[in-house]
Amino acid sequence: MNPILRTFGLAALGALVFIAIGLVVPAWFLFTMTKAVGFGLVALGLVGLLRGGLLSFGQGLYYCGGAYVSGLMANWAGVTDMIVLLSVGCIAGGLIAALVSPLVARYRGIFFAMLTMALSMVAYGVLTKIAAIGGSDGFNVPKPTLLGYHLAETGFGLYAIAVVIAALAAAVCRVHFDSGLGLIASAARENELRIEYLGASVFSVSTRSFILAGGLAGLGGTLNGVALGHVDPFFSYWTTSGEMVFIAILGGYASVTAVFGTALVTELVRSFSGQYFPESWQMLLGIFLLLVIVFLPRGVGSMWAKPAKNHAIRSIKEPAT
Amino acid sequence: MSGAVLEVKGLMKSFGALVAANNLNVEVMPAARLSLIGSNGAGKTTFVNMVTGYLKPDAGQVKLDGKDITRLPPRLITRAGLGRSFQIPQLCEAMTPVDNILVALEIAGDGGSVFRPARTKGSLDRAVEMLERFGLERYAGRPVNELPGGVRKLIDIAMSLASRPRVFLLDEPTSGVSTEEKFPLMDKVMAALEGERSAVIFVEHDMEIVTRYADRVLAFYSGEIIADDAPDEVLNDPAVQKYVTGTAR
Repeated sequence: MNPILRTFGLAALGALVFIAIGLVVPAWFLFTMTKAVGFGLVALGLVGLLRGGLLSFGQGLYYCGGAYVSGLMANWAGVTDMIVLLSVGCIAGGLIAALVSPLVARYRGIFFAMLTMALSMVAYGVLTKIAAIGGSDGFNVPKPTLLGYHLAETGFGLYAIAVVIAALAAAVCRVHFDSGLGLIASAARENELRIEYLGASVFSVSTRSFILAGGLAGLGGTLNGVALGHVDPFFSYWTTSGEMVFIAILGGYASVTAVFGTALVTELVRSFSGQYFPESWQMLLGIFLLLVIVFLPRGVGSMWAKPAKNHAIRSIKEPAT
Repeated sequence: MSGAVLEVKGLMKSFGALVAANNLNVEVMPAARLSLIGSNGAGKTTFVNMVTGYLKPDAGQVKLDGKDITRLPPRLITRAGLGRSFQIPQLCEAMTPVDNILVALEIAGDGGSVFRPARTKGSLDRAVEMLERFGLERYAGRPVNELPGGVRKLIDIAMSLASRPRVFLLDEPTSGVSTEEKFPLMDKVMAALEGERSAVIFVEHDMEIVTRYADRVLAFYSGEIIADDAPDEVLNDPAVQKYVTGTAR
């Protein structure tokens, strides 16, 4: 079977299973899962960047950009359809990333991380000053619709949309990571000089990953803006970006689904810890991260996602060492 | 038209007061086997780096198949048909030789597509076939950072040849390789290039390698070419013996 079709088939199956799960879980859990998908989408984009050797501490910018553009569209143009809002948010995130990519995609390592964070903090500062869009308070986002129908108050409708988006995004990323371009991006992480001398542009490779990550962040921002019913400049604050990095590192870059799991765990820890021991929930997350780094250095996803097998070379005898 | 596949005219490069390349003029014909010799700092690597786009010359021109490639970035020079390997192999260290070759084949093909999986049976077969040309198939599935120096050199060379360059530059292919391995290594490289009509330019310090594999030698000294002829002629040149090989009586 065509591997691309198989990937999308598995994604569809996974989405159906999680939609079915959504029918039996309480409303608060639906909300938590929806929010986790929003964060997971941003982290998935970060995974794409990490595979290419780039770590962004400023994905909050594109997350916030998607949330603001789609939220303003809902408020000003009265468009509340989720398909339109998600499309607009995704395009907005991708466009903002495309606009800044000529500047940031030339840098690597700490310079790239700091530059992306600086840009997100500039956006935070600007948004807090613009009173027309709520300043530091932000603004509310109207209740969403889907094809003219209002979504149920229980949150199931939004949850189901989130699950479908997560499945689609995971499938698209899996196909991309396993493709020729994905392999070249991973190789660029290993040795940029070699990639340039083979005839590929590392700048183009980085730009593509950056725009994809921006689009996914915009998608996540839209979803969470709608789920929360409110967006504010804090979406672009550096701690928001840091949380996404935390989720991405926990998930690792072996799997495209792990980030949704780690986003959910993070959300649950935050929710329960905030209620029972509000002063020390960050410590719990820190311990969790330590355990993952020690026992699963390639991330939680490495438990089920193994490195791609080169089937053609299985029969070749290994040399004696 | 001179028929040369690579033409270098009046190439100049200085680093402050140090003249690393002084009016270098070279023509390389298709299928030539050209060796660059010279002591350290003579200008061989500067020449290779300027031709392959790593360094921009202060003056002069480099033409490949009649096309000016002087100030193009390395990736466009590679795409134009000039490949290179490195003195220190430039590999994707955590990947296997097969994946390294797959990367090279992807880039040499259409530059990689998002709609085509990288690891299909066809692409893996081609990668293994490439490794077989260099006798590397038994190392196919191990991370390259675990492999011996000679094997790493050959993977580096195999990657560079994936694009089937018209001119292929090897920067000290036998450096860091044991005495027993150096001839088999060069034999494999030359065998892999048979029938390709690629011109091969290799920087080399080992005169046994030079006399055995080159049909023409350029001797560098102080940023200039002091001899350009057949290996025997160049190695018997008094200036070369004095400044390069150190065999002058």
